[in-house]
Amino acid sequence: MVSKGQGNEIVLEVEDLRTYFSTRWGTVKAVDGISFDLRRGETLGIVGESGCGKSVTMLSLMRLIPTPPGEIVGGSIVLEGQDILQLTENEMSKVRGSQIALIIQDPMTSLNPVFTIGNQVNEAIQIHQAIPKRNIMQQTLEVLRKVNIPAAESRVKDYPHQLSGGMRQRVVGAIGISCEPAVLIADEPTTSLDVTIQAQYLKLLKDLQQQQNLALIFVTHDFGVVAKMCDRVAVMYAGRIVEMGDVREIFNSPSHPYTEALLASVPKLEEDVDRLFAIEGQPPALHDLPPGCSFADRCPYVMERCREEYPPDFHVSATHNSACWRLA
Amino acid sequence: MTTGSQHGEPSTQGSVLLEVRDLKKHFPVTKGLLFSQTTGYLKAVDGISFQIERGKTLGIVGESGCGKSTTAKLLLMLEEPTEGQILFEGEDIHHTDASHRRSYRSSVQAVFQDPWSSLNPRMRVKDLIGEPMVINWDVPKREIEERVEKLLGDVGLSTYHANLFPHEFSGGQRQRLAIARGLSLNPKMIVLDEPVSALDVSIRAQIMNLLKDLQNDYEVSYLLIAHHLATVRYMCDWVAVMYLGQIVEYAEVKELYNNPLHPYTKALMSAALPSHPDIEQEEIILTGEVPSPLNPPSGCRFHTRCPFAMDRCAIEIPETREVAPGHTTSCHLY
Repeated sequence: MVSKGQGNEIVLEVEDLRTYFSTRWGTVKAVDGISFDLRRGETLGIVGESGCGKSVTMLSLMRLIPTPPGEIVGGSIVLEGQDILQLTENEMSKVRGSQIALIIQDPMTSLNPVFTIGNQVNEAIQIHQAIPKRNIMQQTLEVLRKVNIPAAESRVKDYPHQLSGGMRQRVVGAIGISCEPAVLIADEPTTSLDVTIQAQYLKLLKDLQQQQNLALIFVTHDFGVVAKMCDRVAVMYAGRIVEMGDVREIFNSPSHPYTEALLASVPKLEEDVDRLFAIEGQPPALHDLPPGCSFADRCPYVMERCREEYPPDFHVSATHNSACWRLA
Repeated sequence: MTTGSQHGEPSTQGSVLLEVRDLKKHFPVTKGLLFSQTTGYLKAVDGISFQIERGKTLGIVGESGCGKSTTAKLLLMLEEPTEGQILFEGEDIHHTDASHRRSYRSSVQAVFQDPWSSLNPRMRVKDLIGEPMVINWDVPKREIEERVEKLLGDVGLSTYHANLFPHEFSGGQRQRLAIARGLSLNPKMIVLDEPVSALDVSIRAQIMNLLKDLQNDYEVSYLLIAHHLATVRYMCDWVAVMYLGQIVEYAEVKELYNNPLHPYTKALMSAALPSHPDIEQEEIILTGEVPSPLNPPSGCRFHTRCPFAMDRCAIEIPETREVAPGHTTSCHLY
């Protein structure tokens, strides 16, 4: 199967994005020069461990970086032909929600407990769509039905605490898609859900993507989500994308030692594994990165060059890049 | 300490350490404050039976609200059961004298999910790990210090860590500390409640491997509570699948993963995430959510969500049947 998005137009193009935070320990380069693009209908997975910069990447795409201490210091984010880093805050708030939307991890805290869910979905529609007030509720019900909320007419009057975790996450999803954005970012959308509810939710996202030809970005630490959902994967480590490619290429022939090690360290559902591979050590502190490759200290193939110079992106194939000196 | 078989091959180590018989825990649900009335019971655990062998791992899987954490609390004696027995080395722990209960409590230890909240931030590592020994053992301080150092080494930390505080450690290291504390009394069993789910992917493998190695060195049994099926497959020898307070399927790990029988187990397996994009999974998407344990469905508790439900499922409670040696399930299909 060829990547679904191929041939479709590019909706999002990120070029050399850098987001730094100034802290009392020095400058933390949370995102340090990442580039990728995304086509309509395509799903990109951004995988990495905590502190690798995946959440900061996503917040940068939404321009929600708290400034200070954080700042997008360089690069460009071109969304449907427009560099959103050049927009004023007012212009950006029109883009947010209508062209690019975000589903965050914890449905317990991302909904306002003192408003009904009807109110909260209404709000998003009201801000971004010029439709008459009396029709807004109609639209809200339609969106709630789209995310399979049973008995939507009575549910709109419920407060978040009256819903289960899975339902709340659907409501967050409903707000996300209510204005038919071009790009939907899902940040670990299923980690707080039970297994069977997670399966329902992932299927829902896939269906919605097909209906609306959404470009999806999945931010996750779980390769299972990637295997199930994504067309392409970007693996992040210490603020950079170390490997990116078609999902099958990454799973079948990972070429960066970090990707290889991560894949080998996950237990498998389908087969017995005698002993898991464990990556020794911890990721480096982001305010004090080594001059060379950030993975060098934990890498089993480390060479002298790795400690001196950060490797550029090497092409493994036309759709597969990896930043490792072994490919030089 | 019973038979000599525990020094043989792992496969012959199979003497039973702990047996649970028809264990129930019903929490009363009350209404009103001063003259409160009991209006019903929340049947968190409703008649479960299983065994844990010496040096082996039993996994309990299920979704939130299925009673797996209550089961853990019952085994740790943090809750009193409503009915049923827990037999530890043949002795009913609730009908025995205080000294036996005390020795049970030190033989069964726990490691919890979140190493950020399970370690007292104001205690140094040596006191955290040494505390159980100070309380339970009458040994000189020097000996405890030596043992703390040995435990630190066993869990992959260094002796200089003994003087530090928990906040100076990363998540994976903290979980190592929690494990060292759990091992300090030479327990015969450790209850592991989601021991790796709060950790990063690359750290999970370190901790799972460590737990497996320690099981060999210390000949300790584990009860592993988890929701991640792949983790359970890697760690466990036996698995019990729970749904709404009951065990719906119980089998050896290989048997369960190769031949899941109960529709709920099948649905869990199909909902679990694949390890490769080319793996085709049977698509069983369960509709709806787990019903409230306050008012569980009649008959088979799973019938409201079961894709294979028949008329009798709503009426008759299915019996637990042994469908293959050691493999039991409660379903009218079998």
